[in-house]
Amino acid sequence: MDVKDIIKPENKVYGKCPVLTERVLHYCPGCSHGTIHKLLAEVIQEMGIQDKTIAISPVGCAVFAYNYIDIDWQQAPHGRAAALATGAKRICPDKYVFTYQGDGDLSAIGTAETIHACNRGENIVIILVNNAIYGMTGGQMSPLTLEGQVTSTTPYGRDIALNGYPLKITNLIAQLDGTCYVTRQSVQNAAAVRKTKKAIRKAFENSAQKKGTSFIEVVSSCNSGWKLSPVDANKWMEDNMFPFYELGDLKDK
Amino acid sequence: MAMKGAIVVDRERCKGCGVCIVNCPAKVIGLTKEVNSKGYPMSYMANPEECTGCTNCATVCPDSVITVYRVKV
Ligand SMILES: Cc1ncc(C[n+]2csc(CCOP(=O)(O)OP(=O)(O)O)c2C)c(N)n1
Ligand code: SF4
Ligand code: SF4
Ligand code: SF4
Ligand SMILES: [Mg+2]
Repeated sequence: MDVKDIIKPENKVYGKCPVLTERVLHYCPGCSHGTIHKLLAEVIQEMGIQDKTIAISPVGCAVFAYNYIDIDWQQAPHGRAAALATGAKRICPDKYVFTYQGDGDLSAIGTAETIHACNRGENIVIILVNNAIYGMTGGQMSPLTLEGQVTSTTPYGRDIALNGYPLKITNLIAQLDGTCYVTRQSVQNAAAVRKTKKAIRKAFENSAQKKGTSFIEVVSSCNSGWKLSPVDANKWMEDNMFPFYELGDLKDK
Repeated sequence: MAMKGAIVVDRERCKGCGVCIVNCPAKVIGLTKEVNSKGYPMSYMANPEECTGCTNCATVCPDSVITVYRVKV
């Protein structure tokens, strides 16, 4: 069968989600942020909640996320996304509200806001994109950087004696009574992408049911910061991140 | 019943990251030698006859530049 007989509108099975804007993503080639944006857009489209969703973008590479998903947005000062999301959700309780944050944003400067929003059980969704590094500012160590991981501020690898332990913030969040769903996912292959999408959908449904805070960590790659090709970065992530940041649900109530 | 598929790549928006290539179970996709206006090589069907339209490539593409078509044969 000729390719031109296959490429017809009636045979289309997958394409760019209409909730994504036409803007070209500013992210590096192969960056996990783009894949996660797409999944959020697809869930919003499938649930029919495009005009009912408010997102909070972080400081970090995803600071411009509002350019790409065609919903309402606020852009938070560094680490304060959960506080803004709390305000948005309490003023507009019928909206779906989510934050989109990096590991530096959420687990360093934003630790207090994050933990207290989760402990209050705000009916919001928190998306943590854990690439174990400050991507935007040139690849410095974050609290979630692995032991031994080389970054621009740990050129000999993260040294526990000097830099402390990598923080399993998601495991801490799972302890809080305000959270209803806490999971760790990834997006490096098609099966993982589909699982993450299911997790996002479940999290949005939880907030409609007022079950409390849903928290999704997506273990991600930052190929520029890690100084690897996109494909090698995903491999490095599987080999080095997954043994420490184990995938799966930590809590589902 | 067998499936026959094809992909269309938005060449100007492709960043040549190669993530689709390693995720194609049928080894359909290659990267062009020429580059787009941003300087990136672009993914294309190097072995179009092998495509089943499984959508894996488009699912993992961070830039949403792949459209997948599929027919039953
Ligand atoms: C108050 C404040 N402190 C520091 C910074 C500098 N800064 C910008 S982004 C960033 C960290 C980004 O890392 P992460 O949240 O992991 O996001 P990524 O870029 O990796 O997605 C820092 C420290 C800032 N913009 N504002
Ligand atoms: S620096 Fe890292 S996180 Fe930022 S866009 Fe590039 S790959 Fe993505
Ligand atoms: S995954 Fe997308 S952006 Fe990357 S090479 Fe393939 S089509 Fe291009
Ligand atoms: S649709 Fe499936 S078989 Fe076809 S190019 Fe994409 S990944 Fe390969
Ligand atoms: Mg980061």
